[in-house]
Amino acid sequence: MKEIMPELKYIIETLLFVSYEPLTLEKMKSALQSFDLSAIKEAIHELKNEYDNLEKGIYLVEVAGGYQLRTRPEYADWIRKLIQPPIQRLGQAALETLAIIAYKQPVLRSDIEYIRGVDSSSIIRMLLARKLIKITGRKDIPGRPLVYGTTRVFLETFGLKDIKDLPVSRDISDLGKPVSPETSGVDEFVKE
Amino acid sequence: MSSDIYKVELINIFEGPMDLLIHLIRKNEVNIYEIPISQITDRYLEYIEWMKSMNVDIAGDFLVMAATLIQIKSRMLLPVHDDSDEKDPSLEITKPLLEYLYIKSAAGALSKREFLGEHTFIRPQVKTHSPGDPLHDHEIRVDLFELFLAFERILEKLPSDISIELSAEKTSVYDRMAEIISLLSEKKTLSFYELVCSYPVKSQIIISFLAILEIVKNNKAVLIQNTDTGIIRLFLNERDHA
Repeated sequence: MKEIMPELKYIIETLLFVSYEPLTLEKMKSALQSFDLSAIKEAIHELKNEYDNLEKGIYLVEVAGGYQLRTRPEYADWIRKLIQPPIQRLGQAALETLAIIAYKQPVLRSDIEYIRGVDSSSIIRMLLARKLIKITGRKDIPGRPLVYGTTRVFLETFGLKDIKDLPVSRDISDLGKPVSPETSGVDEFVKE
Repeated sequence: MSSDIYKVELINIFEGPMDLLIHLIRKNEVNIYEIPISQITDRYLEYIEWMKSMNVDIAGDFLVMAATLIQIKSRMLLPVHDDSDEKDPSLEITKPLLEYLYIKSAAGALSKREFLGEHTFIRPQVKTHSPGDPLHDHEIRVDLFELFLAFERILEKLPSDISIELSAEKTSVYDRMAEIISLLSEKKTLSFYELVCSYPVKSQIIISFLAILEIVKNNKAVLIQNTDTGIIRLFLNERDHA
């Protein structure tokens, strides 16, 4: 067998391969003490490009504050023939509730119900059980209601780097003001 | 028979009054910033009537929205004085509608993402321990006797008779268990000493001790002692937790 000279990017590849959850730069650095951070970052970048250029079944994603090897969506059908998906897809009501919590956190149940116009307690319970959301505290107003926010599992599930990486990042509290249709995100519904 | 089929569809289509209102606005092709309140209110009420005739239980939320619409409609009928700074009453409905539409589009954007476990997959999770984690061959699972010795040592260290208990503070073992588990989920590991001594009052120490025993018994965590240092630590049982 040919002798292989370890290369930083492939060392990182092996670390990612054996990692249990998204591997943070910090944790990577603790295993790669002889390398400096900029070299590590550069190697991650190279490795990412390599996966992209070769169009392999696996690719490197930046998710939930770390890096992870994931399978490409194009191959999902084959995988699902081999293994049962551990996670079930969310329905429309659950997605809406999750979107409110994600965009408006920290948020109260009453805020969620005000926007959706319907009782949302059972959906909140389901999202809590699936660890997509968590209780982040209590608000200091009468009744001390619970405050909700999203979790790392949420970021991992939707492949988000961090909470700022949410698909449409415009602050939704601005929506009361008249907005130009191009930026409203609701242009398809606005009929002149 | 046919009305039964309708019933099922109705419930699925309109999650709530907001959904119905958006449907009506789109169907009637009106501008969301200039909602013809009168027209939309009529359509809305017609729909509610129809739901009634179809034997659908109308949730209170739908009626609240109907009342809001009628209230806005009646206010729009009143003459508006030029000098008053009162806003267009229809904005009261436009604002929440826009917010709801925004959330709907955000939910749509979320649903288009690569969903873990549906579109993209990771390797099955097998918990490994890195060298920094104090879970190694030279550590043994702690036995009950060691645990009691540790407990005794803590009690010995207690300053006796210095503190006077004034209030009957009631912390149940279950509360303490929940607290320890949430601490553990965050930190993954805690030392036995820091857990038991976080409240240096005898009753609290006993409660903490019982809570730890209960947690370990329920397999939520394991107690491990380092053979070199003798330190006993509590580790979250990840396999059980996943």
